[in-house]
Amino acid sequence: MTARRPAALWLGCAAALVLLSALSLSIGAASLFSGDLGAGWLIAVSRFPRTAAALLAGMGLALAGVVVQQAVRNRLVEPALTGTPEAAMLGLLAVTMLAPGAAILWKMSVATAAAMIGTAGFLALATRLPRQDPMMLPLVGLIYGGILGAIGLWLAWNADLMQYLGTWRLGEFSGVVQGRYELLWAIAALAVLLYALADRITLLGLGEAQARSLGLNHAQTRALGLAVVSAITALVIVTVGALPFVGLVAPNLVSRWRGDNLRANLPLVAAGGAGLVLAADILGRLIRHPYEIPSATVFGVFGAWVFLWLLHAAPRRGGHG
Amino acid sequence: MIEVASLSYRAGPVPILHDIRLSLPAGGITALIGPNGAGKSSLLHCIAGLNRPAAGSVRIDGMDPFAVPDRTRARQVAILQQSPALASRLRVRELVAFGRWPHHGGRPGPEDAQATAAALAAFELDALADRPLDTLSGGQRQRAMVAMAHAQATPWLLLDEPLNALDPRHARDLMARLHALSRPGPGARSVVVVLHDINAAAIWADRVVAMKAGHVIAADSAARVLRPDLLEQVFDTAFEVIEHAGRRLVMTL
Amino acid sequence: MARGRAALWALAGLLGALSALFLFWQISGPVDFVLPLRATKLAALVLVGAATGIATVLFQTVAANRLLTPGIVGFDALFIFLQTGLVLMLGGLAVAGLPAFARFLGETALLMLAATALFGLLMRRDAGDVVRMILTGVILGVLLRGLAEMAQRLLAPSEYAVVQQAMFASFGAVERDQLAVAALVLALAGAAALRMAPALDVAGLGRPMARGLGLDHDRVVFLALALVAALVAVSTALVGPITFLGLLAASLGRVVAGSDRHALSLPAAALSGAAILVAGQVVFERLLGMQSTLAVLVEFFGGLLFLALVLRRRRG
Repeated sequence: MTARRPAALWLGCAAALVLLSALSLSIGAASLFSGDLGAGWLIAVSRFPRTAAALLAGMGLALAGVVVQQAVRNRLVEPALTGTPEAAMLGLLAVTMLAPGAAILWKMSVATAAAMIGTAGFLALATRLPRQDPMMLPLVGLIYGGILGAIGLWLAWNADLMQYLGTWRLGEFSGVVQGRYELLWAIAALAVLLYALADRITLLGLGEAQARSLGLNHAQTRALGLAVVSAITALVIVTVGALPFVGLVAPNLVSRWRGDNLRANLPLVAAGGAGLVLAADILGRLIRHPYEIPSATVFGVFGAWVFLWLLHAAPRRGGHG
Repeated sequence: MIEVASLSYRAGPVPILHDIRLSLPAGGITALIGPNGAGKSSLLHCIAGLNRPAAGSVRIDGMDPFAVPDRTRARQVAILQQSPALASRLRVRELVAFGRWPHHGGRPGPEDAQATAAALAAFELDALADRPLDTLSGGQRQRAMVAMAHAQATPWLLLDEPLNALDPRHARDLMARLHALSRPGPGARSVVVVLHDINAAAIWADRVVAMKAGHVIAADSAARVLRPDLLEQVFDTAFEVIEHAGRRLVMTL
Repeated sequence: MARGRAALWALAGLLGALSALFLFWQISGPVDFVLPLRATKLAALVLVGAATGIATVLFQTVAANRLLTPGIVGFDALFIFLQTGLVLMLGGLAVAGLPAFARFLGETALLMLAATALFGLLMRRDAGDVVRMILTGVILGVLLRGLAEMAQRLLAPSEYAVVQQAMFASFGAVERDQLAVAALVLALAGAAALRMAPALDVAGLGRPMARGLGLDHDRVVFLALALVAALVAVSTALVGPITFLGLLAASLGRVVAGSDRHALSLPAAALSGAAILVAGQVVFERLLGMQSTLAVLVEFFGGLLFLALVLRRRRG
């Protein structure tokens, strides 16, 4: 509402994203211009899908992070700290074991449903913890995810599906080619839905009693938010694998910079997540060219730094009296 | 008019309110007083449709707050809650604007902007309007929350200990503002307020409801409730009521 | 005290019985081939269990928190990170070419140095805010793991194999000369910890009270952290990281010993850790015929225990 020079801000964001995308399109193991492969073909089949996948996954996870943070009213939480990815992997494992030939949409649906159940379990845990101890929640989420992950590991080991688990657990974009990432476009639709819900999600962050007194159907909104988070997480895991910390870093940076009014800032969060993940992917391609380091690893290192900073940076307090 | 009929409420297994019967006429200020744990906040939350009673019913101008959609309810009754632990980085103006949400549901119009601006002005928040909430002091935040409830523009305004964390001047200003709002006229509000300061009730309230241990002990005009014997019965300590410059003052002995 | 001692003997007896079961039950094939193989594995299980149990009790005492394990706050991640860094700097062949004994002692010393610096600082800084300290440790662990992973991607495959062994918990392949070094380090560290037991009892009262009682708290914390680092090096080098084994061992040890006196709780945790691993291996390898799932199951139950402790703490 009180965006200062919004035009310049948006222009800057758009320019940064365009620049990153151009970089991403031009960098890879094969050279665009000197190789035997046509540049157009290379871009259409590999570089563009890869760039789009990184942008979409980053955007989706950043938005999912906002929703989770508002729903549990804790800034140190993100989808990777709520057991959501592990639950989605359990669902995927189950469907791969029981119905190996199922269509990808079916697998997606099962993964989303499992992710929802897992996230609901985390919310149940969260309500049982005292609010005064905000740092306990991410820790509990981490352990909760670890337990679900251990179940998954055990199942995968016994069913000889460790390889699948490996690709789901470590997000990377090197395998993204035309025809193997298009599911991610669903994230764009979910992002539009979240923008329509922006006010309601801000209200969630004010707490149940306050939100209800302003006429929000709290339980319904929270359930809807949870469903969207689960769907986004499952989509990303199925197509590129888990990318921890994205949902933590992008929303927190935007919140510190611009505040919590999501109607104004949600696009910024989305752009931030998209840009950061794409940058991590580009970095992963450059560090040891022509070999690649998975984006999840690059982002994990960067995200852990940001998390430590958030943990120890003094909260801003300008008030007195 | 608010009618509370045979209302009981329990928090988990613990019974909090017992068979409350109460009717509050529209207009004016009604003060809820009573010792800690008397059930004042619980009653306020039941009336606001936030705490579902175990038995009995609530009617706000004939409306059952538990039967109507949330947004309908939020256009009829607004509640300021006690010490909201807000960790939000919303700006003051953004928070107050959310008071209009039940009216516009996400698409604010010019009248919403107007109501927001009026609420900011009424509670002297213009200078703070662009400050993030987490940079405010407790009292400033409290005023922002009151302004939000005010912007909700509901016929009924419920406030749970609004004077918490306010300095004497802002406490007085808030009570005066509520008093002015509740005088008859176009757009008049009916105010129900939980107060710990009995003198604030003595000075500003038209009616006083005294509660103790989940029961209503008395509900009548301020002059009839704020008597030494009745106050002693409610608070278990001796009181003296004196008149000073035409005002009734209550002192513990 | 007498009850505690009796409990210790009972626990030792149980461990002995479990070990015998592990060694001799369902023995088939050439005995003089199978038995040494089993003995090696048993020794690894016992060493890892004991080292983890002792390390966890020590760490919980100096951190004044019963939810913590060295694994949760990233001790083993630090170890793997150091190993990777070593290989990256010196080259895989040079590191692999070192005699096992020298290499292990060098790595242990390095970990002791790094851990006392890092966690000593952490505890000093965040002494008042335990949860923040844990979370910092956890994220530090994630960071170190990420850095190690990144560094490993920079390694050639042959060099990667040198560090890979330490990355995943597995009781399958343990080398015998490593066992001997590990046993030596465990014996030394265990003896040192027991010698410190009375000081640790006082340190467990918290820094202000311990200092009031005339204890050089900082020195005890420093020594304890160094021992923890040595013990973590033992278990991580042998089988890789198991985050929650220590939590299970320390909690069980405390129940069995019925005391917070370190003279009892240290050996009790050591015996418990060993017994948990041996019992688990008997059940999963012999009874259910499942291989290599023990570490995963320890993580599962340890995680559950952690959540249960957190939720119970809320009520208390």
